[in-house]
Amino acid sequence: MIPHLLRILLAQIAQLLSGASVRWVDCQPDTCQRIYFANHTSHLDAVVIWSSLPMAVRALTRPVAAKDYWAAGPIRRYLSQEVFNALLIDRQDIKVHQTPIQEILDAIADRHSLILFPEGGRSSGEEVGEFKSGLYHLARRRPDLELIPVYLDNMNRILPRGEFLPVPLLTRITFGPPMWLEQGEHKQAFLERARAAVVRLRDL
Amino acid sequence: MDAVAWGLMGGVVALLIIATVVVHLLRRRLPDQLNPALLDSISSRLRAWWLLLAGLAGALMLGKTATVMLFFLISFWTLREFITVAPTRPGDHRALFWVFVLATPAQYLLVAFAQYELFAILIPVYAMLFLHARIALSNDPVQFLERTAKIQIGLMICVYCLSYTPALLTALPLDPKGYSPNTRLLFFFVLITQLNDALQFAWSQLPSRHYLVPNINPTRTWEGLLGGTASVTLLGALLSWATPFGSSWVAAGMALAVALAGFAGGITMSAIKRDRGVKDYGTLVEGHSGVLDRLDSLCFAAPVFFHLTKVYFHYFPYVPS
Repeated sequence: MIPHLLRILLAQIAQLLSGASVRWVDCQPDTCQRIYFANHTSHLDAVVIWSSLPMAVRALTRPVAAKDYWAAGPIRRYLSQEVFNALLIDRQDIKVHQTPIQEILDAIADRHSLILFPEGGRSSGEEVGEFKSGLYHLARRRPDLELIPVYLDNMNRILPRGEFLPVPLLTRITFGPPMWLEQGEHKQAFLERARAAVVRLRDL
Repeated sequence: MDAVAWGLMGGVVALLIIATVVVHLLRRRLPDQLNPALLDSISSRLRAWWLLLAGLAGALMLGKTATVMLFFLISFWTLREFITVAPTRPGDHRALFWVFVLATPAQYLLVAFAQYELFAILIPVYAMLFLHARIALSNDPVQFLERTAKIQIGLMICVYCLSYTPALLTALPLDPKGYSPNTRLLFFFVLITQLNDALQFAWSQLPSRHYLVPNINPTRTWEGLLGGTASVTLLGALLSWATPFGSSWVAAGMALAVALAGFAGGITMSAIKRDRGVKDYGTLVEGHSGVLDRLDSLCFAAPVFFHLTKVYFHYFPYVPS
């Protein structure tokens, strides 16, 4: 009950703080299983994307977040696990037999969608960085998932890297058309294509 | 609010209902003969006026503090629209934080407590000094003057100038028995600025079009400026019964000053938008106007109207009827 109310409250606060205008370009909100992948410039990114989804979609969508940040301290742990239902990934301790990819696939099963930041960390915001290979491995193991590129505008000015006080500017979230891993497509080519799909949304 | 203010507000509601019905009918009956972009523009203005009227009526009914609060929220929103389109650098982050959470609320607190001597200088002097020093401390000299100028002008227009509107209620003592003449003053001022926007827009639709500043705003014409200003001046004279000004000449003169300042506000904000390469402030989405697009004339006219009124009542004290 309390996590549910907090979820609604925090989504409202995030929308108000970021003043987000949400655009769906050649794409509609849907409860089917998807991976939303976006550029990453601030700690608020996942919450802002998550809160811009319609409530029914939001309930099924789990952000992927770094364990070293989101499991530190009782408040962050409570928020990430009880409220946002985040999937916490250990960035430091990756084992051969228990890869994060397998953990993620087990966790979403045939029900949940994911919010993912393939740059692997926050960038300064001027350029979208190179994508790490996680998105490719997920797409290869689960070719049925729709991959939705997302571009977040201005978040790097609201809460830049290294700052802890947000400036309440306006942001814009653009969801793009779904894409899939093509048959026989190479890792590098696919990651480049995915990155280009995100960058393209910036100038639309 | 007294009977006169209620009457005026009722008139505005009637006017808005008629306009909304007419636009709705035009859309239904003559879809092919009219320019859809023009109708969309009118609809978006009407929506904004309904919102403004609802907010203002509610705030005025609740009292002075609520009205100051309403304009604080408007300032906060327009400032975020302004800074969003103004380019800033990471080094400005901390300064911007203080602009939003310290300078803006402080200005409105001073307005609420009617500290005229302080709110008249807080942003032009002290916020200016602080802003420049704070950005210098960020150790990033690139385009220092451009960055500070952009933030300072945003603060001046969106916060400082706009705060003179609720100051009409708090910082202009007219009647020791209450502030109902101030309510009428504020309502008259907002009504005239909005009528001025509407009439300049309407006169600009004449077939004869002599453009004023086509590089800055391709819709402003001499016809719009002259026709709009003349008709607003006339309306000001006709509405003088609802103002605390003793004569219709004074009310007409005030309306004329508001019309000219409002026009100046409109083209100045257009120039800033042109420079930044955006069509509207606000949502960052093409085709949706922001709050600042609707209130640019109000921001410019507010200090002009406040000071003219202050000087006028200094020499010709208000006589309660």
